[in-house]
Amino acid sequence: MSGVDAMIWVVGAFAFWAIALAGNVWLSNSRWRSGRAVRLVVPVVFGVTILVVWEMLVRGLNVPGVILPPPSMIAEQIGQSLPILWEDFVQTFIKGTLSGYVIGCGAAFVVAVLIDRSPFLQKGLLPVGNFIAALPIIGTAPILVMWFGFDWQSKAAVVVVMVFFPMLVNTVQGLAASSAMQRDLMRTWSASYWQTLLKLRLPAAMPFVFNGLKIASTLALIGAIVAEFFGSPVRGMGFRISTSVGQLAMDMVWAEIAVAALAGTLFYGTVAFMERGVTFWHPSQRKN
Amino acid sequence: MTRILPVLVVLGALVGFWYAAAVPMNIHGVLDQAERDGVAVSPATGAARRDLGSWGLVIGNAGQASKAWSMERPRLPAPHQVAIELYQTTVLKKITSKRSLVFHAWITLSATLLGFGIGTGLGILLAVGIVHNRAMDMSVMPWAIASQTIPILAIAPMVIVVLNSIGIQGLVPKAIISAYLSFFPVVVGMVAGLRSPDAMQMDQLKTYNASRAATFWKLRLPASMPYLFTSLKVGIAAALVGAIVGELPTGAVRGLGARLLTGSYYGQTIQIWSALFMAAIAAAALVGTVGIVQRLTLRRMGMGR
Repeated sequence: MSGVDAMIWVVGAFAFWAIALAGNVWLSNSRWRSGRAVRLVVPVVFGVTILVVWEMLVRGLNVPGVILPPPSMIAEQIGQSLPILWEDFVQTFIKGTLSGYVIGCGAAFVVAVLIDRSPFLQKGLLPVGNFIAALPIIGTAPILVMWFGFDWQSKAAVVVVMVFFPMLVNTVQGLAASSAMQRDLMRTWSASYWQTLLKLRLPAAMPFVFNGLKIASTLALIGAIVAEFFGSPVRGMGFRISTSVGQLAMDMVWAEIAVAALAGTLFYGTVAFMERGVTFWHPSQRKN
Repeated sequence: MTRILPVLVVLGALVGFWYAAAVPMNIHGVLDQAERDGVAVSPATGAARRDLGSWGLVIGNAGQASKAWSMERPRLPAPHQVAIELYQTTVLKKITSKRSLVFHAWITLSATLLGFGIGTGLGILLAVGIVHNRAMDMSVMPWAIASQTIPILAIAPMVIVVLNSIGIQGLVPKAIISAYLSFFPVVVGMVAGLRSPDAMQMDQLKTYNASRAATFWKLRLPASMPYLFTSLKVGIAAALVGAIVGELPTGAVRGLGARLLTGSYYGQTIQIWSALFMAAIAAAALVGTVGIVQRLTLRRMGMGR
C-alpha cells in the first residue's frame, strides 16, 4: 500500500472517530437524552466506531494479520468456520459450562437449605466459603483433568468447583434476608418451618440467589474455557484458542472470542431476564 | 471463641474428609506398587483390578490402605504430604533458588501487583470521567457492564503471544492481563461509589457554591471509599488469577502458573497441590492486606464500623 493510501486510511479513521464522538456528545446532551432510543444508540455508535477505527487503522498502518487482524478478516473467518465454531460451542458451553453450572448451583442451593437449620454450621461454613470463593480456583483445573479425564466431564467439574462457593455464600445471605417482622407474622399464623421456608424465606432470598446465579454464569464460562487449556479432546473453545494461538491464526482466535463473548452475554442476559420475572417485587427492578 | 470454634470445626471436618477420601482415590496406585513389591493383593493382577470400584478394593485390602497417604505420585495427596512439600520448597530453600516456591510466587505476584496498580489507576480515572461527562457515561458504561460477562481470560493466550511477537516479554504481558481483569470491577464500583452521595448532600454543597472539582474532592471521593475497597478486593483476586493464567500459554518456566503446568505435564501431583496452596495463600494475603488497609482508612475517615 502506498504512503498516500495509508495516510488516507489513518486520517479517515481519526475523522470517523471525531464525527462519531461529536454525534454522541450532541445526542447525550440533547433533549431526547433520557429516551430509550438514544440510550441504545449511543453505546452502539461507540461500539461501531471502535470497529470502524480498528479496521481503518489496521489497514492504514499495515499491521500484520498475525498481530491484529482487521474486523473484516475476522468476520470472513467466522463465516467460513461456522461448523467448527458450532462444534466448539456445543463442547464447551452446552456440555461443559451448562452441566457444571446446573450441578454446582443446584448443589450450593441444596447445601444452603440444609445448613439453614444449624447456625453453628453456618458460622463455620460462611467464612470458609468466602475464603475459598476468593482463591484462584482455576488452579484446580490440572488436578480435575487428571481425575476426570480430558473430555467435558473435567471441565464441568472445574465449573462446579468455581460456582459452588459464591452461590453458597449468596444463598445463605439470601435465606437470612427476610426481616424479623415477617418471620414473626408467619409464626402468628402457626406456620411450620417448611411452610415458612417455602412461602416466605425462599421467595425473599430470590434477589440474592439470582445475584449468585449471575456471578456464577460469568465464572462458569471462564472456568470451562480456561480448563480446556490444560487438556481437551480436539474440540472446544479453549482448545481452539490455544491451538490457534500456537499456529498464529489470530483471526480464528478472535472468531472464537466473539463466539465466547456472545455466549457469555446471552447466558448472563437469560439469567437477568429470569430474575426480572421472579423478583419483580424488588426495588432494584423498578423502571426508574 | 464462639466465632472461631465453628470455623475450626468445619476446617477439621474438611481435613478429616480429605484424609478419608485419599484412600479410595489412591488405592489403585497403592495396590499396583504393592504388587510390584511382592505383597499379596486381592485380586492379584492389575488387569483384574482395573475395572473394580475403589471402595471394594479398599475393603478387600485393608492392610495396604494406610500406604495411600505416603505415595510418591498420588492421585490425591494427603494433607501432610502437601504441607511437607510446601515447607520444603519455601522455608528450606533459598529464596533465589529456582526450586523455591517463594521465588515463583514472587514472579507471579510482581505481575499481579503491577497489573493491579495500572488497572486500578486507569479504572479510577475512567470512573471519574464517566461520572462527570454524560457522553462518556452513556457510551462507555453499557460496554463496561457488558464486558464483565465476556470471558476475558480466554484472550490471555492471544495477548501473551501477540505481545511476545512484538518483543514485549516476561512481566509486562501478564501485567496487562491482570490490569484488564482488575480494571472493570474498579470502574463499576467507583462509578457506583462516586454517585452514592444522596441529593441532600449534593444540594448542600451547591448552597456552598462549590465547584465541580470541590464537590469531587470533598464529597464524591470520600463517599466512594467503601465501594472502592470492595472493588479493590475483587480486582486484586482477579489480577492474581490473570497473572497465573497468563503464565500458561507460552509454557513459562517461572511463576505459580508455570509450576502448575510443569506439575501437570510431569505427573508431579504434590507439586501441583503445593503450587495451588501457595496461590491460595498469596490470594488470601493480598485480599487480607486490602482488608486491613480498608479498615484503617475507613476508621480514619470516620466511616469505620
